Amino acid sequence: MARFGMVIDTKKCVGCMDCVVACKTENNVPEGYNRDWIVTAVNGKFPDVHLEIQSQRCNHCDNTPCVSCCPTGASHVEDFGKIVLVEHNMCIGCKACVAACPYDARFINPEGYADKCTFCIHRVEKGELPACVSVCPTHCMYFGDLDDPNSEVSKLIASRKNHQLIPEAGTSPRIYYLI
Amino acid sequence: MNSISRRKFLKITGFSVGAAATVSALSPFVKGAEKVNKEKVKGIRKIPTYCDICFWKCGAIAYLKDGNLWKIEGHPNDPLSKGRLCPRGTGGVGAHYDPDRLRSPLIRTRERGEEKWKEVTWNEAFDFIAEKMNKIKKEYGPESVAYFSHGIGGNFLKHTLKAYGVNNISAPSYAQCRGPRDVGFELTFGEGIGSPERTDIENAKCLVLIGSHLGENMHNSQAQEFANAVQNDSTIIVVDPRFSVAASKAKYYLPIKPGTDIALLLAWMNVIVKEKLYDVDYVTKYGFGFEQFAAEISPFTPEWAYTETGIDVDLIKTTARVMAMNKPATLIHPGRHVTWYGDDAQRSRAIALLNALLGSWGRKGGFFFPVNYSIPPYPYPEYPAPTKEKVDNPNNKYPFAIEEITTGIREATITGNPYPIKSWFIYATNLIHALPNEEETIKAIQNLDLIVVVDVIPSEIAGWADVVLPESVYLERHDDLHASSFKETFVGLRQPVVEAPADQKPNWWIAKKLAEKLGLGHYYPWNHIEDYLDYRLKAAGLSLDQLKKEGIVRGEKQPIYIEDGIEPEFATPSGKIEFYSLQLAEAGFDAVPKYTRPDQPPAGYFRLLFGRAPVHSFSRTQSNRVLMDMMNENEVWVNADIASRYGLSNGQYVKLKNQDGVVSNKIKVKATERIRTDCVYMVHGFGHNSKMLKGAYGKGASDAQLITQYKTDPIMGGTGMNVNFVTFEMEV
Repeated sequence: MARFGMVIDTKKCVGCMDCVVACKTENNVPEGYNRDWIVTAVNGKFPDVHLEIQSQRCNHCDNTPCVSCCPTGASHVEDFGKIVLVEHNMCIGCKACVAACPYDARFINPEGYADKCTFCIHRVEKGELPACVSVCPTHCMYFGDLDDPNSEVSKLIASRKNHQLIPEAGTSPRIYYLI
Repeated sequence: MNSISRRKFLKITGFSVGAAATVSALSPFVKGAEKVNKEKVKGIRKIPTYCDICFWKCGAIAYLKDGNLWKIEGHPNDPLSKGRLCPRGTGGVGAHYDPDRLRSPLIRTRERGEEKWKEVTWNEAFDFIAEKMNKIKKEYGPESVAYFSHGIGGNFLKHTLKAYGVNNISAPSYAQCRGPRDVGFELTFGEGIGSPERTDIENAKCLVLIGSHLGENMHNSQAQEFANAVQNDSTIIVVDPRFSVAASKAKYYLPIKPGTDIALLLAWMNVIVKEKLYDVDYVTKYGFGFEQFAAEISPFTPEWAYTETGIDVDLIKTTARVMAMNKPATLIHPGRHVTWYGDDAQRSRAIALLNALLGSWGRKGGFFFPVNYSIPPYPYPEYPAPTKEKVDNPNNKYPFAIEEITTGIREATITGNPYPIKSWFIYATNLIHALPNEEETIKAIQNLDLIVVVDVIPSEIAGWADVVLPESVYLERHDDLHASSFKETFVGLRQPVVEAPADQKPNWWIAKKLAEKLGLGHYYPWNHIEDYLDYRLKAAGLSLDQLKKEGIVRGEKQPIYIEDGIEPEFATPSGKIEFYSLQLAEAGFDAVPKYTRPDQPPAGYFRLLFGRAPVHSFSRTQSNRVLMDMMNENEVWVNADIASRYGLSNGQYVKLKNQDGVVSNKIKVKATERIRTDCVYMVHGFGHNSKMLKGAYGKGASDAQLITQYKTDPIMGGTGMNVNFVTFEMEV
């Protein structure tokens, strides 16, 4: 079974937020909330400045503090693609997962449940790409099976310099940023 | 009266038309695709159309879920979007659902600008307008009505107004935006740049951006090609006082002192000529006046330019050589919004000349020769010939103007010279934010007997109108065919995807109804726009049915480069690329661009620069709730050292005060290493003060409000707007 992950080329990304908008419309994310977002890291002193623009979201980690802390089992790892999901009906909105996530990837939906990126599982199940990936005008995002050494994502991780976010949290995040 | 439902309105109109048989045939505006979604079809439906959140007009596919608008994606067959919209296009859903939209025709009940209205029927609104227009025509002539418009949606209203006799027709996209560029290139190559730009960004081996912030400026095809250029390891050179996103992708970043670009361009050309790095064959074959040009630029060395621009001599030389090394696939991008300092046509001409030296005009990786799908125009009756000259450029004051000058019409409206302007029609352009010096706009308005605004949202200029006509958004209407000149030929159809939520109407219907009221109904020989579209498409060997299904039809590939065998022609007086411009010299201008040092900010003041965000279009999208969630206010970018000197912290609100004492709304400080110490920067379009724009009201500050000074380009009438200086007011 696949273990889905994402690779994002920060060299190409212009931080236009199309991924954020596409997620919002695709998934009907309520006004005032977003499931993904852009972070621009600025280093250096003008004019010798370096930018790294990151499209961030749930990292669908291999080690999931959000799942282990969930008192009801609503937060879980789906068999399909090892995607981390929340079962809305089982969620009591206790916010334990919101606090446990080192990436601040979760919020409580106005309807009372913990909400976050689903890797667009409803699309991926049909063989489509997540909305954020398929919309990106710069083609800077890649999605695929990290366990398949021949997948585009595996090849990019093997061939290009990259990093994950907050690796020291020990969560083994599955989103890789090419630099 | 209160607004009435669309259903009710249909009944009433049907009745009145039936009762008065002399009125021209009932417009069948319930026909065809406009009721496409009345039945609220269950499940998912996809309908192709093209976007209108900006002027790029990308092909799109709208998705309906159970009859309601769900999402919009790029049309895979569209050469512009290549199946991927920009964030604004993706967020176009929010335009349909925007709760601040205009819903009913409005007539002003109190003083102009007080935003007090009564809701009226369309019929009442048209009666009101037609009566005033007939009076103006009688007393002053039809030329005393002026029209300001932006975008393809303005075409039909333009048709009605031309039929009435209007000849003063203008758009801010010329004198407040791309005008100097098109004039500078036309003076050099005999042709402008066009929109979408004829720039072959993705094939450029070296791409030079001067103030152009592609990626933040999200013109879809350009941003996509820019990302491809990055991927292809194109050498990118960015010249900007601000470390833009594009700068972060560049191999060479030149943090230029604002307003000194011409000095840099002259020095670059100086190096390329002195070191004989230019395309000698190309210049010899196509160039005119090269020797004189070379002599004129010879004093302007990198050492000289360093003192003006602050750019290191070695960096100037290195970048000049890199450009030459990659010729002819070196593209010095002409930019788009280029009305900066009032000498903008000459700066654009310098950019054109640098491209000419490198032989990039007509070459792959430079400027291609655009092609378009030929669609014959609709055979309308001839317009009446105006009996008066246009007012915008009296006595050819700006001798090389190639389009009408908005600010020229405004000036004529203020002075009444050469003749009085008594009415403004304004379509989809917020003149309060688009034109410099708001006070002059408001002063001009005082002389008008009739102001009509047609728009989808209650912009600031709508607040000053006598009559406001609510237009349906692009997802709810047809528009004219889209067949822009680009790398390949195509035709795109805009068609309704969903119904308008209230009493909004498509522009073609508004224009046609107004024409009928004015006794000009014979200018609309068709009943419904579908008849018009089908006629035009059939004349081009296509059909409306085909376009309705496919959305876009592409033509055959055509040659677009000199490499494909095209022999370039130059529509200049010499028939060649004019390195030395005799026509400029004869009109009293520099035949070769010269540099003038710009005015410097007074102590404690900073030059105000402004630009674009990828998630907003002008001042037209700030109430779109989807896009508001991406960015709901702008920030003022302040160099980190300056911020600490002034005790400003990140996220703190300040007000900006300009050199004339005008104070802005409060705006958040962004203390950053990404900008020089002598300027500040903000994204244009925020700081709305129209009370009807509830989502956007008071959020962020308006650069336009602070642009009280502007420098008019004597060559072509563009208004340079980067000539204002601001300081910080801590009390908010």
